[in-house]
Amino acid sequence: MTSVDLSIQLCNLTLRNPTILASGILGTTKALLKRVAGNGAGAVTIKSVSREPREGHKNPTVITFEGGMLNAVGYSNPGVDAAAREFSCLQEVNAPVIASVIGTQKEDFARVVEGLSGAKFSAIEIPLSCPHTPGFGLLAGQGTPEATFAITSEVRKITQLPIFVKLSPNIPEICTIAKAAEDAGANAITAVNSMGPGMVINIEAKKPVLDFKVGGVTGDALRPIAVRCVFDLYKAVKIPIIGVGGISTGRHAIEMMMAGASAVGIGTGVYYRGIEVFKKVCEEMAQWMEENGFDKVNKIIGAVHD
Amino acid sequence: MIEQPRMVKICDVVEESPGVKTFFFKSDLDFVPGQYIMVWIPLIDEKPFTISYIQKDIVGISVLKRGVFTHALHKKKAGDLIGIRGPYGKGFNLQANSNSCVVGGGIGMASLTTLVDRLTDATIIQGARTVSEIIYRKRFPGMKLCTEDGTAGFKGTTVDFLMELLNTQTYSKIYTCGPEKMMYKIVDLAKKQQIECEVSLDRYMKCGFGICGQCDCSGQRVCIDGPVFNTTELNKMEDFGKIDILKTGERVNIHNR
Repeated sequence: MTSVDLSIQLCNLTLRNPTILASGILGTTKALLKRVAGNGAGAVTIKSVSREPREGHKNPTVITFEGGMLNAVGYSNPGVDAAAREFSCLQEVNAPVIASVIGTQKEDFARVVEGLSGAKFSAIEIPLSCPHTPGFGLLAGQGTPEATFAITSEVRKITQLPIFVKLSPNIPEICTIAKAAEDAGANAITAVNSMGPGMVINIEAKKPVLDFKVGGVTGDALRPIAVRCVFDLYKAVKIPIIGVGGISTGRHAIEMMMAGASAVGIGTGVYYRGIEVFKKVCEEMAQWMEENGFDKVNKIIGAVHD
Repeated sequence: MIEQPRMVKICDVVEESPGVKTFFFKSDLDFVPGQYIMVWIPLIDEKPFTISYIQKDIVGISVLKRGVFTHALHKKKAGDLIGIRGPYGKGFNLQANSNSCVVGGGIGMASLTTLVDRLTDATIIQGARTVSEIIYRKRFPGMKLCTEDGTAGFKGTTVDFLMELLNTQTYSKIYTCGPEKMMYKIVDLAKKQQIECEVSLDRYMKCGFGICGQCDCSGQRVCIDGPVFNTTELNKMEDFGKIDILKTGERVNIHNR
């Protein structure tokens, strides 16, 4: 292929390229993580794990619209004990694996992180920003600077792994929340979670399509908002930022990195371009860099601020 | 392509057996046998079903009454609306004059009907627990029947029947859909005789288009990489016949379900 260097440093992790499988997409089993890593992802994130098993919302849970996707899966997951079994022997996955951990109380986060400590995760992500699951994220008041500080501090006490705090694009003072996370010992900010919630109504049925009625909006519609959040965060915090929201091409990834992201999460991109999206994005990034005189991808990070 | 249900009006309901009804509706679905659609009943749920009839622009799905969703669907009458999206997934690889055998177990037979419509001279085998559960008897008059209690056709399972049949007969391909344990045994049996199989797998599904990871089977997404898999693919899928996946995403032993 090309001679450009796509590898990046994220906290203490070296990623062969900046693409990361975002949480909630395909991260249900180790077999799928292996497949995504085999398709070129620089790192992969598991589907969020809570203390107890959860079946999530009823179907329809995931639909698309002209501007992207709408989901209210409702954090279905097998609970920490079964997840610890599923994600043992993570060295079989050819990329660092990030554990996404959720809870209702701050103690729940700690309990889950502890429960997963035997598995070889490379980092812990705590999303405090889900817009569509009662008891979690925004619907549990976790999207405030105080709650973010408290939860991040609790997790900090029990793990040496890098902690990524995932934030909502909904909140105008996203930088204040990011600073609270940084102050509590977070090692990176993941920006952003899905926005909204939004609603799609089937006019013949005269009913919202999602069974939970509302769901988080991702994909193309989210991208300009995510880019703006990352742009603002780059100036506000010193810790690295993982930019997530509507990235499905190399140009999108470069745009996000220019705004200030050290790495990019890809989720809905799997819908737009298949499981091969990671490989495609990397190839397109490399090609663009060659054409535009960049030899190392880390030189792009924050370029728009120069 | 926007992945949202569109409402269609049921135009006819036919009882196939005491537990199975076929719902017909008008739709211009362009589909390959083995593909499926997601069927939505507002405020209830959404589930995958394969198409079991297609005549010009009239499409049918055959539904076994089993849980909350299928009970609600069985109450629907001509004139009622249901939502559909799709078709989704990879269907059967059709070889019209392939000297094929088609084996359906229970409601799994529904997934094979439109395939049978396009095959010539295929041997069709249907297995059920008892005679009253047999479906499509008039539609496929030459169909070989197997019942566990011997109330129709061969007394025993489709696997037992196929084993005997293969002593005197060979096929270039076996297509099957039914309980996974049955399909596992058929694939195993066919391998010994170097007969290629195609099976249609069933897993709890959510998105239907390959992003949520709910229907994983050894790294294959049943919703989009399947639901039809051939012997070569199944050889790499350790979970086939062994592991199912719950709504929570937990992988569990299929024999304990």
